[in-house]
Amino acid sequence: MIWAIDIVLLLFIIILAIGAVLARDLLEAVVLFSAFSLLMCVIWVELNSVDVAFTEAAVGAGVSTVMMIAAIAKTVRWEEP
Amino acid sequence: MMSGKEYTTFMDDIIVRTVTRLMVPLILLWALYVLIHGAGGPGGGFQAGCVLAAGFILYALSFGLEKTKSIMTIKWISLFSSLGVLIYAGTGLLPLFFGGKYLEYGKIPLINPIKASEYGIEAIEIGVGITVMAVMLSIFYDLSTERED
Repeated sequence: MIWAIDIVLLLFIIILAIGAVLARDLLEAVVLFSAFSLLMCVIWVELNSVDVAFTEAAVGAGVSTVMMIAAIAKTVRWEEP
Repeated sequence: MMSGKEYTTFMDDIIVRTVTRLMVPLILLWALYVLIHGAGGPGGGFQAGCVLAAGFILYALSFGLEKTKSIMTIKWISLFSSLGVLIYAGTGLLPLFFGGKYLEYGKIPLINPIKASEYGIEAIEIGVGITVMAVMLSIFYDLSTERED
């Protein structure tokens, strides 16, 4: 565990989370959330829990992104003001 | 998601199709590796099922939903989603016939009991993986199919 890498990764994660919440374009929010999951996976590996990192990469960054994009395709893309 | 004119160009993209054709067998093989090595290393039934489902979803995204449904039909999916539970429950119930408790694989009379425990865990993982794959795929099918009403 290297604290400098941890700090940088956590900073990126906070930026991505705020961006995903603030985005008006829902597709943009989904992509930001996928990147959030990917960085979270790196953090799990950094914390020596490879099992959780595996689940995060497969479910968080892979399957759930596709499902949220499918949900956007069935509804509307833009958040209402 | 699957209909409409602007998506057909994406489906016909040769880069997407070639990369998918190369990657899907590797993803499925990797999922089987994770499934078999789940007891000793990182991984396990749930992760392997998710990776298997992700491979099929990648195939569906680049070759279309209809082709995927003709390979992994809804009939097979409903069969698999109950087959995994059956494998799990059957492996759990098997030690009851040899005087053990539920999921106590060490009581199964193989040559050495340590191996029996290992094989029991593997059978459980295979059941979990099959069910997770089938349920993930069925959720994906339900989400991406157009509702006809």
